[in-house]
Amino acid sequence: MPGITREEVAHLARLSRLELGAEELDHLAAQLDDIIGAVARVAEVAADDIPPTSHPLPLTNVMRPDVVRPGLTPEEALSGAPAAEEQRFRVPRILGEE
Amino acid sequence: MTETIRWTAAETASAIADGKVTAVEVAQAHLDRIEAVDAKVHAYLHVDADGALAAARAVDDARARGDRLGPLAGVPLALKDVFTTKGVPTTCGSRMLEGWRPPYDATVTRRLKDAGVVILGKTNMDEFAMGSSTENSAYGPTGNPWDTTKVPGGSGGGSAAAIASFQAPLAIGTDTGGSIRQPAALTGTVGVKPTYGGVSRYGLVAFSSSLDQGGPCARTVLDAALLHEAIAGHDPLDSTSIDAPVPNVVEAARSGSVRGLRVGVVKEFAGEGYQAGVLARFAEAVELLRELGAEIVEISCPNFTYAMPAYYLIAPSEASSNLARFDAMRYGLRVGDDGEHSAEEVMSLTREAGFGAEVKRRIMLGTYALSSGYYDAYYGQAQKVRTLITRDFEAAFGQVDVLVSPTTPTTAFPIGERADDPMAMYLADLCTIPSNLAGNAAMSLPCGLADEDGLPVGLQIIAPAMADDRLYRVGAAVEAGYLARWGAPLLDRAPAL
Repeated sequence: MPGITREEVAHLARLSRLELGAEELDHLAAQLDDIIGAVARVAEVAADDIPPTSHPLPLTNVMRPDVVRPGLTPEEALSGAPAAEEQRFRVPRILGEE
Repeated sequence: MTETIRWTAAETASAIADGKVTAVEVAQAHLDRIEAVDAKVHAYLHVDADGALAAARAVDDARARGDRLGPLAGVPLALKDVFTTKGVPTTCGSRMLEGWRPPYDATVTRRLKDAGVVILGKTNMDEFAMGSSTENSAYGPTGNPWDTTKVPGGSGGGSAAAIASFQAPLAIGTDTGGSIRQPAALTGTVGVKPTYGGVSRYGLVAFSSSLDQGGPCARTVLDAALLHEAIAGHDPLDSTSIDAPVPNVVEAARSGSVRGLRVGVVKEFAGEGYQAGVLARFAEAVELLRELGAEIVEISCPNFTYAMPAYYLIAPSEASSNLARFDAMRYGLRVGDDGEHSAEEVMSLTREAGFGAEVKRRIMLGTYALSSGYYDAYYGQAQKVRTLITRDFEAAFGQVDVLVSPTTPTTAFPIGERADDPMAMYLADLCTIPSNLAGNAAMSLPCGLADEDGLPVGLQIIAPAMADDRLYRVGAAVEAGYLARWGAPLLDRAPAL
């Protein structure tokens, strides 16, 4: 049975971009351990010779002619942005202090 | 006007077309009903009274001009808050999107408007459609109209509750693991998950892209068929939309029959964890099918028992990827933008503040299942189980025309009972998940009340992909059988709100 440690949960939180508090980490570690223990059952039946199915439909790329057509105006595209400036999304700084 | 809210969608459309009532009067009757009872139910997150009345006036004007009206023109509808609505708030039940007004309509929204359907508002749901009870909504739970201390199911609990409490004759839901059918079962209404790809997902905020499917919620099988027809069909804006004619579901609903049909009873959907009252009503439903002329065959689908574990690997994996878009940069909430924090820190602070517990749980689970070293053991194996389940369905549909089962193992449970026990909550979708993994069509319709608690029980009908009409043919026959037996629709027995 797999076990998931608190440190692994903290690592997952970083990967998931979630700033979890200490209490939340403890709570989630226990729950994720339970859930992962239960879902690990998939290994019981899925043998090597069974092909995986990732989607119920066969997917094909859909193309359209490369022509200009009406889209959202800049005002519409920016209408839900937390911050905008000069018709662009304004974001917090991307680079660190150093 | 009281009786107006109890009309079916078909009756409402007919009354408007015949000039017995105006669309504005119908819309106003429903808005009055919402005003009177929704404080108890909390089916709606946003009521768009002005928009609804304007849409209704447009239908009345069209009729006055002598324009030909569509089969649902002027009929009110409640729309799950996962579909974008231009200029009208769309939150997905999350703080992350609080106050967001999309600049475009989902294809489903557009088709409803084109059909003259009057959208009353947006319905409550589990955050980003993750849940089986509508308790995970950031805006508070919805109550089950049969007993407001019980859950209405989820994630489309608001849509189902709006239908069951006569706050709308029609609603739209989405079904990723059972989110249309399970709430339908728990509220005594009809819910359909169309074949995957049968209804466009464009403008549907994605939870798990290979599983999500929009579909109709209604009080009768015919109403569901009329709505199905209005929203289904190929959409070039959705690359997973099926480019093939939509099965004639309305005709099937009008000519319901099971005579000569082979109906498979799924052996695996019974036993431990199933409420006695649910199994008793299901046994009666099978007996009714036999009386109506169907041949009953027991079918074994051995891999269905692995469907839930596979689902809880695949759906969170896709969710962890889909929800990465909520990064506080282009829309939605932003927390910590004080000049002190970097973009990466703002993302983490925002996602921590904006997502609820279940969403975080699933993002973490999906991140784990997709991470290096675990991918093959979890996600890869789950995809193989998906193959096995599809094969089980193929083998079953080689022997029978449709499959039947209870929709849920239990009736509606008390609000709060399973809130902090994810594994117990996940069991609510035990019978509905296989169809999402395989992409076929399924329906839930009411088959009576459980003896123990007097709450509704759902009968699930499952058909092969692209045979959605078969659901309606069987569903309509069963519905007529029950109507003859009960003398009135099941919802007539629901307590007054």
